[in-house]
Order: sequence, then C-alpha cells, then structure tokens
Amino acid sequence: MTAQDTTIYFDHASTTPCDQRVVDAMLPYFTSIYGNSSSRNHAYGWEAENGVDTARSQVADLLGAQPKEIIFTSGATESNNIAIKGAARMYAKAPSGSENRGHIITAVHEHKAVIDPCRRLEREGFDVTFLEPGSDGIITSEMVKDALRDDTILVSIMWANNELGTINEIPCIGKICKEHGAVFHTDATQWVGKLPTDVEADNIDLLSLSAHKMYGPKGVGALYVRRRRPRVRLEAIQDGGGHERGFRSGTLNVSSIVGLGAACAIAKQEMEAEGERLRGLRDKLENELMSRLEVVEVNGHREHRLPHMTNISFGFVEGESLMMGIKNIACSSGSACTSASLEPSYVLKALGVGDELAHSSLRLSLGRNTTEAEVDEAIEGIAAAVEHLRAMSPLFDLWKEGVDISKIEWQSH
Amino acid sequence: MAYSEKVIEHYQKPQNVGSFGASSDVKERSDIGVGIVGAPECGDVMQLQIKVDEAGKIEDAKFKCFGCGSAIASSSLATEWIKGRTVDEALAIKNTEIVEELALPPVKIHCSVLAEDSIRTAINDWKKKNGHEVEDDHHHH
Repeated sequence: MTAQDTTIYFDHASTTPCDQRVVDAMLPYFTSIYGNSSSRNHAYGWEAENGVDTARSQVADLLGAQPKEIIFTSGATESNNIAIKGAARMYAKAPSGSENRGHIITAVHEHKAVIDPCRRLEREGFDVTFLEPGSDGIITSEMVKDALRDDTILVSIMWANNELGTINEIPCIGKICKEHGAVFHTDATQWVGKLPTDVEADNIDLLSLSAHKMYGPKGVGALYVRRRRPRVRLEAIQDGGGHERGFRSGTLNVSSIVGLGAACAIAKQEMEAEGERLRGLRDKLENELMSRLEVVEVNGHREHRLPHMTNISFGFVEGESLMMGIKNIACSSGSACTSASLEPSYVLKALGVGDELAHSSLRLSLGRNTTEAEVDEAIEGIAAAVEHLRAMSPLFDLWKEGVDISKIEWQSH
Repeated sequence: MAYSEKVIEHYQKPQNVGSFGASSDVKERSDIGVGIVGAPECGDVMQLQIKVDEAGKIEDAKFKCFGCGSAIASSSLATEWIKGRTVDEALAIKNTEIVEELALPPVKIHCSVLAEDSIRTAINDWKKKNGHEVEDDHHHH
C-alpha cells in the first residue's frame, strides 16, 4: 500500500503527479528513441532531435514565444540561476571584482532560488533592493517603479507566489521595465500551465518554469530568453559543449524534455476548464471551513491569486500539530516546526500577519485529480482537528475570555 | 517528521486537559499554582495548573497547550508524572527524562524544557501564594 491509497494529496504547489499522457509520450524515448539529440549524423540523433523540437514548440506555444527562445534546463531553480546571474554579469556596469556593478530589484518573499542568487550577486558587487509586499502579498508596478534607478539592470519578480498563490502585477511590471530599459525576469513556476501567458503582450524578457508543477516529470524545466526587441544576452554559468545556444551546456535530457512538452500541450488545452473546476472546489473548502470555525483567515489577496490553492490560518492552533491531526491529508504549513530552520514562514512574515498566524497556517493546493469527495473529507478532517486542538489551546481560552493575546507579556524562551 | 508511538498516543488522547477555572479566578486561590510558559510568536505556549494540598502534595494537575505534537505530549506527560507527587519531588523532574520517555528527536528538546519550566513556574506560583521560600529560577537554557 502506498500513500496514494490512504492519503488525500493537497500539495500540488509542491509537486504534481505525472499525467499518464505525459508518461506515455516519454516512454519510447528511454528504450527506442534513445539517441543523443546532438548526434547530427545518424537517424538515432535525428529522431531524438525531432522529439526535442516538438517539445520546444509545445513549450513556446504555451508561452506565446518562438521555439528558438526556449532553453531546456533541469528545473526552475537552474532557470532562475541562469537568468539572474547570467543577466547581471552580462549587463554589469563594472567588471568583476569592483563595486557598484549595477542595481537589481527583487522581493523579500520570492522563492529561495531567486533570493539566494541575488544574495550572491550582492557579494559580487551588485546592489539589490528587496521589495516588501503589502499585507495582501502583492508586488505592484508602483512599488517597482519607485525602486527603479538609473543603474537598474535587472528586475526579478515572481508571477505567482508559491506559498500564497498571490499574483503580482506582471504585465504592468514588464511594461515599466521595458520603458526603463531594465531586463525583466519572472519566476513563473507556479503560474505557467495554470493561467495564460503571453511573453510578448506581457513584456517578459526571461521566464522560468518547471515541468513537475504542471503534471510533467521532475528534474526538467525551461528558461524563456527573449531573442528580439530586445535580444537578451546572458553569461552562461555552465561551460561545455555549447548546447542550448550556449546558455546551458550538457546533453539534453530528451525523455524528460518530451514530457515537459507534452505537459505544456495538455495544459494549453485544459487549463481554463481545470482552473474553473478547481476554483469552485477551493472556494468550497475555504468557505466551509470559515463558516464552521471561528478565527479563520485567508492569507494574501482573496481575488488576485491562483485558483487551485489557499493559504489559511486557524487561530490558536499550531500548524504542525494540526497536520498531525489530519494525517490523511498531505499539505504544507508555514509553522516553524515544519521547517528545517525552525523559523516560521518568511513569506507570511513578509505580509506582517504576525508570527502566531504564520505558525497556524496551512497551504492546501488542489490539482487535476482532486475530487469533490476529497474536498468534503478534508473539510470534515480539518474542522475536527482544529476543534480537538482548540479544546486544549490556552490561547483559545484567553481569546474567549476577551483577553488581547498581543498585550500579554509572554515569558519567551 | 516521524513521531514516536508515545507522542502520537498523547496527541490523540491527551491526559488531564483543562483548567481549574479561568486565569482571573484561579489567581486568587491559594491551593492552585499556575505556570504559563512560552510565547505565541515562538509557536508554543504551555499552561499548567496544579492543585496542591496542605502537605504540599499535588492532588491534581491540568494542562492546556498551543504547540506542536511534542509540546502537547510533553505537557500531557508532565501532568501524569506530577500528580500524586509532592512539590519537591515534582521539582526534581528533569527535561531529559521527558525526552527519553517520549523519544523526542534533538529538534524537539525545547518542548521538554518548556514542560519542565511549566512545572517549576506553577510550583513557584503556589509557593509564593503560600509564603514558602522560592528557589532561584535556574535558567539552564
């Protein structure tokens, strides 16, 4: 028996199952069409290259891009690294080893795969501004506009936040960057395949995506690199055989790339209907929990967010113990106890929701195989676990007595 | 993370959950000692109330806990262990014994420390109310 037989999967923002149609498309590339796509002089190589070309077109098609603008990578972390370090080093205002090499704008609640490359660039002489979102979690075009400087060379703002699902003002931010002449990168890992993308209309120069967030295999992703108006250049991180226009050397992971392409083709066909269905289920989940339980808060903007997920805090109960009570639901929490660092979610902290609500949060993300029966079961399970924990929560008692918990002097340890 | 059987048992069926009254009421009672330790922003708050007879024996104990599974289990176990003991015997309980009994992993040791602190704080509260000398709070963490 596997987890699938016993546990509801509400962690699709973490990863998704591979769609069977994706697996079917991939399988021949392991044992029959196994050539190296760079082998230009025999049929094995041509067949593999055909598979890669098809996938490149499928990815481009989902983004409104040209196939030549798609670089295959090992995933969004690598795409982010190539884009951010590659653009900063290429457009640097001063050579390596000097100070004041240029200004970069990003946000405090980006994924670590954006924050950490930016931190490294700081150490290499670049100046980085980390924007703080409003309490709704959103980075607006005004915030970016106000932070732009004459020496701003790169702006990296994620499309949708991985913990909250909130959607930043991407088309507007792209437009502002274009007018200013700064390269605009967006980590669209959570967005692509969920809502429509048009890199032309949205003025995007660089875009990172990952296959395993959209029912493709793990370990493969792509970076969109604009080729005209303007042509974006990058300094490569990995040197070698000059694959992928020299941006990413290394033999192509053909079977996984074929899987990514298939996943993109399916998403293009199905995301609209799927999004509407999941929005209905997500809203039911949220509304039921909020009507049954007191002091339940949705974190982040209620409207400007992805349709399939919610980040929700249950006051006076701690997230890890809540997850213990819902063992049959796989999900994530912003609680410190669920993180390796023992710090509560830095994303929720960035919203100023207060550490205690961060400790009390769950991220529930639904997906292609989610059924209404699962949502109903989850509502019952979560409500029962919250009630079980509130019956033993001293904070819940204090709240019911009308005590303002924030005014108590806690004996911190 | 995987919890031990004992932590799961305490989580599912916590022992001695409750209180002897609202915090404002028990404040006045000399037979009750209250210990509230931790902080909401740190993700754990334990409240221990003990009912002590004139001979200094803990007749009953009740807890409430906001925290992870280990914190709940540590406080539930603490109430079981101190019931029937004298206050001095209860003060001798060490957090390491709680760690051992519940097989807590290193990242959860602070939960056992918190439980030990809640015992000490509740007993000191009772002692102060009854004019007994309070030993210095050792801050050993």
